[in-house]
Amino acid sequence: MVSSPSPSAAAASALFPAAEVAFDIRALSLWYGSFQALRDITLQIPARQVTALIGPSGCGKSSLLRCLNRLNELVPDVRIRGEVYFEGANIYAPDTDPVEVRRRIGMVFQKPNPFPKSIYDNVAWGPRINGYRGNLDELVERSLRRAALWDEVKDKLRQSGLALSGGQQQRLCIARALALEPDVILMDEPCSALDPIATYRIEGLISELKSQYTIVIVTHNMQQASRVSDYTAFMLAGEERVGELIEFAPTSQFFTKPRDKRSEDYITGRFG
Amino acid sequence: MDPRATYHEALRALQDQMLALARLVEQAIDRAIAALKARDAELARQVVAEDVLIDRRRYEIEERVVTLIATQQPTAGDLRTILAILHITIELERMGDYAEGIAKIAEQLADQPLLKPLIDIPRMAEQVRSMLRRSLEAFLARDAGAARAIAREDDQIDALKEQVYRELLTYMIEDPSTITRATYLIWVTHNLERMADRVTNICERIVFLVTGRLEETPAPAP
Amino acid sequence: MSPPAASYSAPHLMRRRLRGRLFEWLALASTVVAIVVLALLLLDVLHDGLPRLSWSFLTNYPSRLAARAGIAPALVGSVALIVLTAALALPTGIAAAVWLEEYARRSWLTRVIEVNIANLAGVPSIIYGLLGLGLFVRALNLQRSLLAGALTMALLVLPIIILNTREALRAVPRSQREAAYALGATRSQVVWGVVVPAALPGIFTGIILALSRAIGETAPLIVVGAVAFIAFLPTSPLDPFTVLPIQIFNWVSRPQPAFHANAAAAILVLLVVLLSLNATAIVLRDRARRSLRW
Repeated sequence: MVSSPSPSAAAASALFPAAEVAFDIRALSLWYGSFQALRDITLQIPARQVTALIGPSGCGKSSLLRCLNRLNELVPDVRIRGEVYFEGANIYAPDTDPVEVRRRIGMVFQKPNPFPKSIYDNVAWGPRINGYRGNLDELVERSLRRAALWDEVKDKLRQSGLALSGGQQQRLCIARALALEPDVILMDEPCSALDPIATYRIEGLISELKSQYTIVIVTHNMQQASRVSDYTAFMLAGEERVGELIEFAPTSQFFTKPRDKRSEDYITGRFG
Repeated sequence: MDPRATYHEALRALQDQMLALARLVEQAIDRAIAALKARDAELARQVVAEDVLIDRRRYEIEERVVTLIATQQPTAGDLRTILAILHITIELERMGDYAEGIAKIAEQLADQPLLKPLIDIPRMAEQVRSMLRRSLEAFLARDAGAARAIAREDDQIDALKEQVYRELLTYMIEDPSTITRATYLIWVTHNLERMADRVTNICERIVFLVTGRLEETPAPAP
Repeated sequence: MSPPAASYSAPHLMRRRLRGRLFEWLALASTVVAIVVLALLLLDVLHDGLPRLSWSFLTNYPSRLAARAGIAPALVGSVALIVLTAALALPTGIAAAVWLEEYARRSWLTRVIEVNIANLAGVPSIIYGLLGLGLFVRALNLQRSLLAGALTMALLVLPIIILNTREALRAVPRSQREAAYALGATRSQVVWGVVVPAALPGIFTGIILALSRAIGETAPLIVVGAVAFIAFLPTSPLDPFTVLPIQIFNWVSRPQPAFHANAAAAILVLLVVLLSLNATAIVLRDRARRSLRW
């Protein structure tokens, strides 16, 4: 059963030129076993901008995010239909290696999860196992600088990554993702485990990073979505608790005059 | 490091836009009065045409304010600043409309000889302009005292208007053929006096911005 | 603002307090009893065995004369057995646990294997002895050798190692694996680069438990053929052998009290060997744990 894409999603493709599209998601559906989590998601995510995925709990935004780097496949019994085009190629094509996909598309998780290794090794591990041949020291420094963490840790690179504060650990995880020099950074509620000041720092970092990376961020905090993103995609779980895309629009427009009544109800707090 | 740099930048830019609009309004007042004094119909028409620009700028600022409030959740001083910018912009645009009104009158009077050398009217205009300029300086300096003081000068404008009115009244009584020109000039003083009222509104907003309290300025007589 | 007087009665509170205190004392008493008993045992052994400890005791061979008897072959045999058992059981056990936990897909077969391993950990050790006798000594024709003994002990401790390693692997949070996969790692890179290093403290715990069990076993080794009267030190894995527990058992069964003293001294040596082994493993585990600091 294929439903036609929602009007707002179709209009979205007119929002930015084709060359500026990072992800072209077509009729993506996802099942965990017999439970359908996503239905016919059609969406284009712009390159080098911040796109926020928002919606109430259980609407499938994290599931959608994890489809973008094929991390969903770690769950047994997962089934996917539809296509996700990244740089012109369908990442779900049978001959595409998920390992290669994940090298180009990095991810930062909700609870900071640095490895129990030194700060240096945390950043260097990813490039090492992918066969990086260049100067690791430079790469580590560059990544830590880009994550706005270098000045705080440059004298203690050999210390354990777990000795840092929560906000620092999350920036370390960002540095770890940046070390692979991906094109995209996916963020799954990156600030929900952090205090407000650390949250603001990460948001400031996101604004700096978007000049070079495409960023897709899942957040249940609407204010954060409005502060930090350029485009917003709003999802809802319908009656059968299947996640669907309701509206996709530039953020300034979405939060001042959303087109769909459900969007308006959600952001004004009239439901969910 | 300012974690909300983008937002604070946007706030500063908004403030700059408002100040630029204020300069446009000042210029409009200047040129409208100049057109009146010199009986320059062409200049008057230009002022009328440029009012469209002032209107457009006001709507641009308003839209930005709405977007900023919706996406950045300003609080405390930032919120009062944004609201003050919104209100002041609206007052500025109304002042622009009054300047346009004066220019239209200037165009009407351009082909008739001056009733008398214009002295008091330009003086009123100069004072209004000075009040506007200083009120914006008080905004930048966040100086509530200065704002209140400027608001009190509205009395002087009212006095000047009264004076010009009496003078024009004597002209009209002595020589009925001057009635048309005199009434137009009374309209000009009326517009200038309304502009001064707008400036007192602006000063009210500045006081709110600084103190968080809405007071009527100038304070009403006890 | 105190609750209404009718709902909470003061005597009930006192009864709760009393009950709590009763449990405290009971727990304290049990601990004291356990410690006291152990202390008494230790003191008894020290009293009997300490005088008998000497360099000659450690280097002598067993003899019919208690004064001349020593534990050299038993000591060497125990140490050699442990080393060989570890070499056989550790790689196998850890690899099996990693495969079961990280690679194998959940199916009825893996469920069956899991259940069986858990059961095997509880099987009496003498059964392993019988298995060793039939399989290693007779069928594989290894005779009553150190190798046969080590293989038997390896089978014995394998379930312990597998179970503990699996628990240690399971304790590594899923977020660690996800982070590694998200960096473009293959499954083996995730397992050997992130999961196993993070699970090391738990794995070491399993090793400690396994080796402590192995060093104290007597029954299965008797069945496999370790005898008490060995006149030489084993030089190859195929040589006959004996171990400390068997030597102790042998001396304790003799009527002469002098041999009982020997047994006590041998027990002390066994304890020292066991404690050194544990200490090494604990030091290694703590070093691994310090770098993890969840």
